Parts: sequence; C-alpha cells; structure tokens
Amino acid sequence: MSVAADNLIEISGVGYSYDRRRTILTGIDMVIPRGKVVAIMGISGSGKTTLLRLIGGALKPTQGTVKINGQFTHELDREGLYRMRRRMGMLFQFGALFTDLSVYDNVAFQMREHTALPEEMIHDLVMMKLHAVGLRGAHRLMPSELSGGMARRVALARATALDPMLMMYDEPFTGLDPISLGVIRNLVRKLNDALGSTSIVVTHDVQEALDIVDYVYYLSEGVMVAHGTPAEMRASTDPLVHQFVWGEPDGPVAYQYPSKKFNEELELV
Amino acid sequence: MFNRGTIINVRNVGHHTVDSILRLGYATRFIALTLLNSGNSFLRVRLIIRELYFTGVLSMIIILISGLFVGMVLGYQGYQTLNTYGSESALGVLVALSLVRELGPVMSALLFASRAGSAMTAEIGLMKATEQLSAMEMMAVDPIARVVAPRFWAGVISMPLLAAMFSAMGVYGGYLVGVVIIGVDEGSFWSQMQSAVDFREDIVNGVIKSVVFGVAITWIALFEGYDALPTAEGVSGATTRTVVTSSLAILGLDFILTAFMFQGA
Repeated sequence: MSVAADNLIEISGVGYSYDRRRTILTGIDMVIPRGKVVAIMGISGSGKTTLLRLIGGALKPTQGTVKINGQFTHELDREGLYRMRRRMGMLFQFGALFTDLSVYDNVAFQMREHTALPEEMIHDLVMMKLHAVGLRGAHRLMPSELSGGMARRVALARATALDPMLMMYDEPFTGLDPISLGVIRNLVRKLNDALGSTSIVVTHDVQEALDIVDYVYYLSEGVMVAHGTPAEMRASTDPLVHQFVWGEPDGPVAYQYPSKKFNEELELV
Repeated sequence: MFNRGTIINVRNVGHHTVDSILRLGYATRFIALTLLNSGNSFLRVRLIIRELYFTGVLSMIIILISGLFVGMVLGYQGYQTLNTYGSESALGVLVALSLVRELGPVMSALLFASRAGSAMTAEIGLMKATEQLSAMEMMAVDPIARVVAPRFWAGVISMPLLAAMFSAMGVYGGYLVGVVIIGVDEGSFWSQMQSAVDFREDIVNGVIKSVVFGVAITWIALFEGYDALPTAEGVSGATTRTVVTSSLAILGLDFILTAFMFQGA
C-alpha cells in the first residue's frame, strides 16, 4: 500500500487570504491519516477555523492544494463538493441546531434529505444515534429546551447521522460545564473508533484535547509552527508551544495588545 | 483646489453608489438562484404549506381587522362627500373600487411587509447568525432550495389571497357603516357596485398588483435576512431595512402599475 492511500487528507503549500492585505494562512503542509484523531491548535485568530473551512470546501485555497480521499477540492464543482460533504460531518461551536425542528427531526434531517429510507428505518437510526449520545429520551424536545451541553450532544448525533468518513469539530469544548465537557471529549474519541472514521478537532482547550488525540498541529498567525504527538507537545521546548500548552500569561505571545508606553498613556513624564 | 471635506464627500457618494449597485447585483443573483432552485420545493409541497401557515394564515387576523376598519372609514367618508352631491347611492361603487383597485392590494401589502416580511428577515438572519445556514451547507443541503425558496413561494401565493380578504372585509365594513348605520339604500348599494366593478379591469388588475407586491416583499425580506451581518445589530438593521425598503417599493410599484393599468379609465 502506498503512503498516500493511508492519508485521508493531504494539504500541501496551502495559503489563504481574503485580499492582499489580510493574509490568513501561509504555506500550510499537513497530512491526516485515516482512522486518527488529529487536533489543530492555536490561539484565537491563528487561522484554525479558516483551515477547517478550507478542508470542508467552504473556501478555496488561494495557493496550494487540499486533497481529500484522492480528490483535489478546488477541482470539484458544486455537485462534486456536495457529494463529498455527504461523507463529512461537522460539529459547530454552539451546535447550530435547526431551531424550528425538534431534536428528532434535527438528527433525521440528513437522512430525509439524502436518502430514500422509509420513515420506520429513519426512526430506528435516529434512536440509535441519540442513544449513543445519551439523549434518546429527549427526542421530542425543541433546541430551545436544551442546555448547552445537551445541544452539543444532539448536534454530534446529527453530524454522525450518515456515518461520515471524516468528522470535523470546531471548538467542541468551548463553554461547557466540566461534566458535559468530559462527555463530549470521550464521545469524540469513541465515535471516531466506533464508526471507523477520521476526526479533526480544532480547539484551544489544550489539556482536554491532548488526552484524546493522536497527533497535534500547532498554528500561530497563519503558519504551522509545530506538530507532533501529544507527548511531544507536552515536552516541547519551543517557547511558543510551551507557553500555549502550559497556559503561561507571558512569552512569545504578548499579554498586552500593542500599545504606547504606559506612562505616556497616563501622561506621567 | 478642493478642500479635504469636499473630496471626502465626493468619495463617499462614489462609495455608496458602487456599494448599492453591488448589492443590487447580489440581490438579482439571489432571486435568480431562488427561482432556479424552486423545483425541489414544489416536489415537497409540505415545505411550502408549512410556510404558508406562518406567513399567510398568521397574517390573517391583522389583515381582516384592518380591512374592516378601512372599509368602515371609506363608508363614512364616502357618504359625507357623496351626500353633498346627492349621489349617496354610488357609495357601494366608491367603496368597492377604492378597495379592489388600490387600498386592498396596497394596504394589505404594507401590513404583510411589517407582519410577515420582518419575521422572515429576522428568522433567516438569526439562522445565519447561529450558523444554521452554514451547517446546512456542510450537510450538502442548499439553504436557498431548502429555506429560501419555500418561503418565497409561500409569500407570493398568500399575498393575493390576503389582499382579496382585505377587500372583501372592507366592502363589508363599508356596508356596515353606509347601509346598516347611516341607512343608504341596500339595493342601490349592491346593484351599483355589481354593475360598476369590472372583472378584467378592476379585479384582475388588483390581483396582478398584489402578486407583484408579494414578489417584491418576499424578495426584499429574504435577501435582507440572507445578507444580514451575523450579529444582533446586523439582524435588527436588516429587519428595519426590510420594512422600510418594501414599503417604499410597494408605493413606488403601485404608482407605476396604476399608470399602466388605468390609462383610459
């Protein structure tokens, strides 16, 4: 088997900029092997979400290529892109559940849109998906009746509805209580292994992510500055990675937003 | 030669002009995509029926009550004027023609824009702000086909029906005030109305107007929602723009349509 066949995603030399002045990503190279859980980490504004959108085909790279399952995303037309997305699942930061549909209908959404399955079979599938996230009893509720953690779990059940080959998580741990956080964290790993899929977790919650992922890519200001296994990241002596992993207030990433000198600001000479 | 203020003003005018033309282009592309993607909504009528309930049925109360009051005012004011010339028997004609040709389509469209149009903009804007539209895209479902198209057709279908209800209710209001309260002769009220109101000239033209208004309102409302900045401020601004722009569009279009429709009459 060739090396390439083992990688679900190959990103080479990818750059992205909105216009000439606002460059978001430059020269990103990364590979994501099948069956693995890979984290993309970095502080807010480092370009993580943009990278995720490039992988999902929502944006096209201005330089370089993104290859998913042997296909270059920029070569796909709309039909091709939609065909590819049917095999992807994405968990949005706050769930993004359809507020006009019940929990049941949210999970059934893709099954109804993309398959011709009879309603009885959809019922069984929805119940299985909800059971996996522990919310089978909540299938009649509306999204407005769910807590933040429950909404995230329903969204997870919805994202895995069609057993995707690739799962993408955009900040899955943000704003959750410790119990929900633990549940979501374990689900990310369990679902990946149970479905035999591949997962990308975009996050800045370091410790939660390092416990469950196989490999970490670290982004800073649109550049891939480090990558390695969680153990390598924890042991890293690179000052940027060290500051990030151990959450130190000062280091290469300054605590203060660029400003004039403090005594000038207060007009003390 | 020119001071700085003048240059900035000229630049702003240019900026706004280019911006408006760009937005007009986006809006045109948006309606074209909506029409192209409408096939799916007609295959799944359930989606349109659901939206018909939210835009049409829920607007009925305000339309019926307003229609009744407008008709009553017409009956009262019409009687005052016609009585001066001793022609109060023509009250039925005045009430019916005013409603069917102008007030029915225009007033119901204005009410529809503020009741249903603003709701559409707010709903779609919030769906965008909470990433529901992006989520749909990522699930390989086109939001224009699934969310926008059914709402568009529901608006276009319900507008003429609401206008017809408004006019019918208005005629009844005019009857209540003119015949029941003031005592105009019931026979001449109805018979003159029947002979003066022409189906092709008056009723069909009124229906055409309300269909045009329905297209304009839903187009503006859906585009403003879809194009809203995904923040609380963005959605509230878009909702306001929907009501203002569609009200102005209704009145402007009404003038143009009237000028074409009732040239000889």
